[in-house]
Amino acid sequence: MTETQPIIEMRDIEKHFGPVIALNGVSFDIRAGECHCLLGDNGAGKSTFIKTMSGVHKPNAGEILFEGKPLKFDSPRDAMEAGIATVYQDLAMIPLMSVTRNFWMGREPEFRFGPLRFIDFKKANRITMEEMQRMGIHLREPEQAVGTLSGGERQTVAIARAVHFGAKVLILDEPTSALGVRQTSNVLATIDRVRKEGIGVVFITHNVRHAHAVGDRFTVLNRGKTLGTAARGEISAEELQDMMAGGQELAELEGSLGGTV
Amino acid sequence: MDDPGLPERHFRNSGIPTVTDERLRQVSPLRRALVRPELGAICGAILVFVFFFMIAGDSGMFGPEGVQNWTVVSAQFAIIAVGACLLMIAGEFDLSVGSMIGFTGIVVAILSVQWGVPTWAAILIAFALSMAIGALNGILVIRTGLPSFIVSLAFLYILRGLTIWLSILTTRQTIIGGVRDAAEGDWLAALFGGVIFKGFFQWLGDIGVIDTFSRGTRAGQPVVEGIPMLVVWAIALIIFGHILLTRTKFGNWIFAAGGDAQAARYVGVPVNRVKILMFMFTAFCASVFAICQVMEFGSAAADRGLLKEFEAIICVVIGGALLTGGYGSVVGAALGALIFGVVQQGLFFSGAESSLFRVFLGTILIMAVILNTYIRRLITGERG
Repeated sequence: MTETQPIIEMRDIEKHFGPVIALNGVSFDIRAGECHCLLGDNGAGKSTFIKTMSGVHKPNAGEILFEGKPLKFDSPRDAMEAGIATVYQDLAMIPLMSVTRNFWMGREPEFRFGPLRFIDFKKANRITMEEMQRMGIHLREPEQAVGTLSGGERQTVAIARAVHFGAKVLILDEPTSALGVRQTSNVLATIDRVRKEGIGVVFITHNVRHAHAVGDRFTVLNRGKTLGTAARGEISAEELQDMMAGGQELAELEGSLGGTV
Repeated sequence: MDDPGLPERHFRNSGIPTVTDERLRQVSPLRRALVRPELGAICGAILVFVFFFMIAGDSGMFGPEGVQNWTVVSAQFAIIAVGACLLMIAGEFDLSVGSMIGFTGIVVAILSVQWGVPTWAAILIAFALSMAIGALNGILVIRTGLPSFIVSLAFLYILRGLTIWLSILTTRQTIIGGVRDAAEGDWLAALFGGVIFKGFFQWLGDIGVIDTFSRGTRAGQPVVEGIPMLVVWAIALIIFGHILLTRTKFGNWIFAAGGDAQAARYVGVPVNRVKILMFMFTAFCASVFAICQVMEFGSAAADRGLLKEFEAIICVVIGGALLTGGYGSVVGAALGALIFGVVQQGLFFSGAESSLFRVFLGTILIMAVILNTYIRRLITGERG
């Protein structure tokens, strides 16, 4: 699997906002069927990185290859069409709308009635239920509001939606950061399922343990730079943690706290 | 984990069992029926009817003329409430509805009476102008990122001032008459004035279901001539708005734009277009109201439509929409309009002091907002 061509390859990406250098040489790639974790502390440049990868920002330097060809996305919509789906932490779902309405938002299935077109709710509800079951979520009914779901379930609905609409690469922005232990496990299990379907998952997090639980490869981002990529088994959780925080100071802190943060 | 209610499940990658939360209670059909935006308005409408049946049942309020009376008033509210409802669900307000009503009326009158433009052309130009102003409203809100409350408040004053100035500039007065004479025989004007089903109502009069005039020039004609076009417009707009909102792709985008504009943008919903179109639709509804009124009175006045924007918003809120957007119902808003019309005219029929109407308005508004907040918690499962 390691020798397959990456779906997306980013080489030495730089991104400046005026005098602020947000990304200063980021290299990253994602292959089909793997979960590549991008670890970084707050302010490391994770958000800028996601936005560059999903077509919101254009890099100032470096190149992005999509399936081996240089990539030119003018908008997030282009990236979506190409199969790059991003699930944002809090902006995944609209709580007051039903699961079905959320699932199909922007791509509603329709049927024609003379010159008029209406949403095909029968089909929409059926597929929503099926996709949710595949992800291991038991819905009471597809019309229930997303607000009734837990945080983990909401992330899962968003992931299921991206998968259903043919994502090749799924970028998850801190999907576990606001969740409890049980819900985190559910989301990690979902990531595992998605990976097994041959989708490349970019899992962005600052939690080493969550990353270590599902990651195939790990890349650490610190102060706008990638510090290298390691495969599973090559690196321990402690080493990742040290690289992320920049070592010494945190090691001392951990010593006084008596364990890994 | 065992759930007999569902058929066997299929997983491509099983291994992890389905998570069912045993703490989720099955929701009773009653509770599910309760969690609807229209609930408050349905209860309110029933209450209002029972109340006035008791205190004004013998006053003629529920005779043919009485029914026509409060139906027309309710229909007026409903026309502007449909526009305000869709706009509020899309997450915006339009406080310039009342001024828009005055403006459209004066434009039609100036064009048709003063400048001799055919009435149909005057009506079309007035629609185009008001919808262009609605679009401008929307574009300003989107471009500046300011709350629509402020932007449309500015237009409330700008439009009202312009209307009065235009009227005085062309006629030296703020009321322009003679519109009905100018509109005589006009095909488009007929869509906004007069009644339909005249034959049917004549027949009802002939067989004695409806009283007929016994004297005067209209002897033999039924007291209720037919269904006023205003009511036809209200019903058409309610049906259109309801189907658009609940059954179409665009309706889903309206909910999405008001529920969380950024989340909607991320999945490719053209939020800006949706919002601007809803501002234009609100302006369209205001213009329908204005033109129906001009055709009925035969005149336009620069001060028409005062406070209508707030009455529309109250109808919408009684109908269960959230002020924060993303949730609501056109049917609810229509019921809100019905409650409004019945109470306003009911107080008149029962001989109550008409100023009490405003007391009622304020009270029911507070009650509706409290109920809506509660229903919202039921839907989203929020506690607190």
